Amino acid sequence: MRPYLAILSARFRALLQYRAAAVAGFGTQLVWGLIRMMIFDAFYASSAATQPLSREHAVTYVWLGQALFAMLPIQVDADVRNLVRSGSVAYELLRPVDLYGLWYARALAARTAPTILRAVPMFVVAGIFFGLEAPPSLGAGLGWLATLAGALLVGCAFMTLCTVLLVWTVSGDGLARWAPQVTYVLSGMVLPIPFFPAWARPVVEALPFRGMVDVPARIYVGDIQDPLRELGLQLGWTFALVILGRFLLGRAVQRLEIQGG
Amino acid sequence: MVYLHLILASVRSQLQYRASFIIMASGQFLITLVEFAAIAALFARFGTLRGWSLAEVALLYGMVNVSFAIAEAAGRGFDVLPESIRTGELDRVLLRPRSVALQVAFRELQIMRAGRFLQGAIVLGWATTKLGVAWTVPKIALLAASLVGGAATFVGVFVLQATLAFWTVETLEIMNTVSYGGTETGQYPISIYRPGFRAFFTFVVPIAFANFVPAHLILGRSGVPEALGWASPLVGFAFLGACLLVFRLGLRHYASTGS
Repeated sequence: MRPYLAILSARFRALLQYRAAAVAGFGTQLVWGLIRMMIFDAFYASSAATQPLSREHAVTYVWLGQALFAMLPIQVDADVRNLVRSGSVAYELLRPVDLYGLWYARALAARTAPTILRAVPMFVVAGIFFGLEAPPSLGAGLGWLATLAGALLVGCAFMTLCTVLLVWTVSGDGLARWAPQVTYVLSGMVLPIPFFPAWARPVVEALPFRGMVDVPARIYVGDIQDPLRELGLQLGWTFALVILGRFLLGRAVQRLEIQGG
Repeated sequence: MVYLHLILASVRSQLQYRASFIIMASGQFLITLVEFAAIAALFARFGTLRGWSLAEVALLYGMVNVSFAIAEAAGRGFDVLPESIRTGELDRVLLRPRSVALQVAFRELQIMRAGRFLQGAIVLGWATTKLGVAWTVPKIALLAASLVGGAATFVGVFVLQATLAFWTVETLEIMNTVSYGGTETGQYPISIYRPGFRAFFTFVVPIAFANFVPAHLILGRSGVPEALGWASPLVGFAFLGACLLVFRLGLRHYASTGS
């Protein structure tokens, strides 16, 4: 376990240095959140019909998504992409650590350090000025923290799977480019899942993506009361994605040909 | 025309990667389609948005996306300007006896933006059919001019973003909030936003004139002076002109990085 923790902590500390990028990311997400918030405000002001989420909950849901945007698995590991392209990925195979574990540790660092830099100011600004509410109860807050950890684990398992796909250069790269779009829609970032049409919900709710944004956000506002069941789903999907990622990586390494030189 | 050669060379080089072109273009097509489906889902729940129907919003949505797709295809060359400044590549561009702005713009014509263009056009077509717009020659001309005027506005934003690199020597990602954020904003009636925000996208970066203002005339809605509606495409070109002036100012300020 120690080498992976070392990789995690080294990458984590390295990524904490990118403060200018964090400021830019924070600004982008703030503007995005404002647009979404104003759109929801306008919709709620236009209709008195009962909605699946109250206006306050919808706005809080939007801000949680923006605050934790950097946690979404939408950017594959650029370093690994370059390693594959240049052929240096061969060196990765020489390291005396498990490659999947190494990449998973890198994914964990990449989803935590940037998130902390952006989320803390976002909670402060959106909390004071733009209607990001506190969780209604201690239970909701704790459930949120637990499922946030679940969201991190399942997100990183999905990210590492995408990283593994990169080894299949052309076709894998194409698939990995699709992943962010799929994640973005099915996690609830584009539209909170409760607003999805009824026919789409059973499918969307069974998929792993919802665990990345929708689950923690709805537990936070108190819309979902059963965090344990959701956490179980997140961990089940994490397990399945890890198994799939490991299997594909094994296959990839077997067929890997490195050009000498 | 030398610029035409530049454009064709860029298109040919991108078509060499056919599989990745198809994947990227279809990916973009699908994601924008789903984004529109999300708006439709909200209308299914709320019925109306401050007096605007789904089809009317679809007109705004289609217009701004087509404009943005044209702008991205034509003006994304400015994206690589900061890189050219950093590497010193820009010095070579300056040596050529041709317009710097056009050389930069046409270095890269991104054809994979076809996905967004297609989707915007489909939504636009659906909206006008659904609304039963009574098309007249002036209205068609206004729509076409507004699309190009809107594209000019977005190219202006790209130019401005790139120009800042003359001073900062790096890309300012925060400017993406104006280009992408402007598209996002323009997908809904500008009137639903808060005053400061609305003023910014009307008077500073005039995206309201790319769709909201001319759409009033096309839809026959009241609320916008008629003359202003007809003149709205000009606003986009005026904005682009102003941005190009700033670009020239930046160019004069430019001192090679020496690398």
